[in-house]
Amino acid sequence: MLLMRLLELIKLIDGEVLTEDVEMDSEVDGGCGADLMSDVLASVQPGAILLTGLCNPQVVRTAQMADVTAIVFVRGKQPPEETIALANQEGVPLISTPYGMFEACGRLYQAGLPSSEMPMSEKP
Amino acid sequence: MKSGKTRRERVITDEVAGYITRVEELSYEVKVQDVMTRDVKVATPDMRMVEVLELFREFRISGAPVASKGELVGIISIEDLIRALRGGDMAAPVSEYMSSSVITVKAFHPVVEALKVFTQTRVGRLPVVDEFGKLVGIITKGDITRGLLRALQSTYQEEELRRYRASHLFDDIVSDRTSLILRYTVKARDFVRGGRASSSIKRALLRLGAHPQIARRCGIAVYEAEMNLIIHTTNGGTIRVEIEPHQIYMEAVDDGPGIENVDLAMQPGYSTAPEEIRELGFGAGMGLRNIQRCVDELSLESTPGVGTRLKMHIYLSEGREQLRERGDEIKSMTRQEMKQRSSRDDSSGDH
Repeated sequence: MLLMRLLELIKLIDGEVLTEDVEMDSEVDGGCGADLMSDVLASVQPGAILLTGLCNPQVVRTAQMADVTAIVFVRGKQPPEETIALANQEGVPLISTPYGMFEACGRLYQAGLPSSEMPMSEKP
Repeated sequence: MKSGKTRRERVITDEVAGYITRVEELSYEVKVQDVMTRDVKVATPDMRMVEVLELFREFRISGAPVASKGELVGIISIEDLIRALRGGDMAAPVSEYMSSSVITVKAFHPVVEALKVFTQTRVGRLPVVDEFGKLVGIITKGDITRGLLRALQSTYQEEELRRYRASHLFDDIVSDRTSLILRYTVKARDFVRGGRASSSIKRALLRLGAHPQIARRCGIAVYEAEMNLIIHTTNGGTIRVEIEPHQIYMEAVDDGPGIENVDLAMQPGYSTAPEEIRELGFGAGMGLRNIQRCVDELSLESTPGVGTRLKMHIYLSEGREQLRERGDEIKSMTRQEMKQRSSRDDSSGDH
């Protein structure tokens, strides 16, 4: 698949959208799975979707700094109200998937979504 | 996932709504009187149809309200004219051919009201009346389209203008050395607001017309620095960003506790962060390393018991970004340069 839109991505992982005014036509360039925010900041390329098990507001800030298109919370996690509020304020879409990290990443990768994780040798 | 499915359907509806929102909004904001034609050509009931033909031809219109002594009594359109022409009845008075049941719209209503009438009735034009029922104008679908486009364009232009003004800040102000300084106070342990400073800085840079990649590098570097102030300092600290046309200088300063071993702190994976910080996804000992990768120059000065000063430079003139934008040849050269640079960084590191 050359192009994946948020709408298709959400279908692939049985996702539930948690924020308002999500542009379902946004293109997703790749994926990144991490629970370490520094890893995200260090490795993710712009335009990626971030799959994570962390639900605090810092995830939204991290996504914003790293130009992440949307955040997917794995294992059906529901982030606290302050995370959703910040995401709505900053326009970062939040999605929850019932699948665990491995399966969620696997489903997307199998559907053709490439990895957005850069090797450590490259600069952000 | 039943709940997921229902939510998704709702979202698709939102998506559809998303496309028309701005125009829809405007159709509620813009009033009929803002887009209507004020100079109404009016026919009278006793006018002959041949005169109506002249009126239409002269003013290039396809319909006109019919008024008698200032009161609206009907509407006459080109279709009525054709009927009269066909019957060779051009000498007949307007009153014989006009539609006397006239639907009107109020001047002070939003254009969405006129749009509703147009879709419900299939009429081509609507006479516009004021609150006393007096004829003040006429409105067609074309008037609405033009009016909405104009309104859309003006909101767009306002945004463009704002962006232009910000991005030309440095061109417009003449001095020997112009810089813009942003200062932020960061409280210790304030995790909820953590990232507020970096997010504002990134937004400011994009506003000022910085290359997205530059804004990204600054954002990541300052964010890590901001989180360090929140996680490690006794009393928090300050972030100062000085933006100049040729460089961006960022500084994070605090008054303690200070770092015992700066070299060790720079080492990837080294961390003194407690468990609760790690649960937030931070404190893995990658922060300074990340900053180093984002900036062109980094210096960390620290005195235990006194405080820490982290200085970061990103150079804009003859920087990598400008080079990157030129041809492929230079691009590959820069890649190599970058590799050399990063390998230099690696060898100077502690691993």
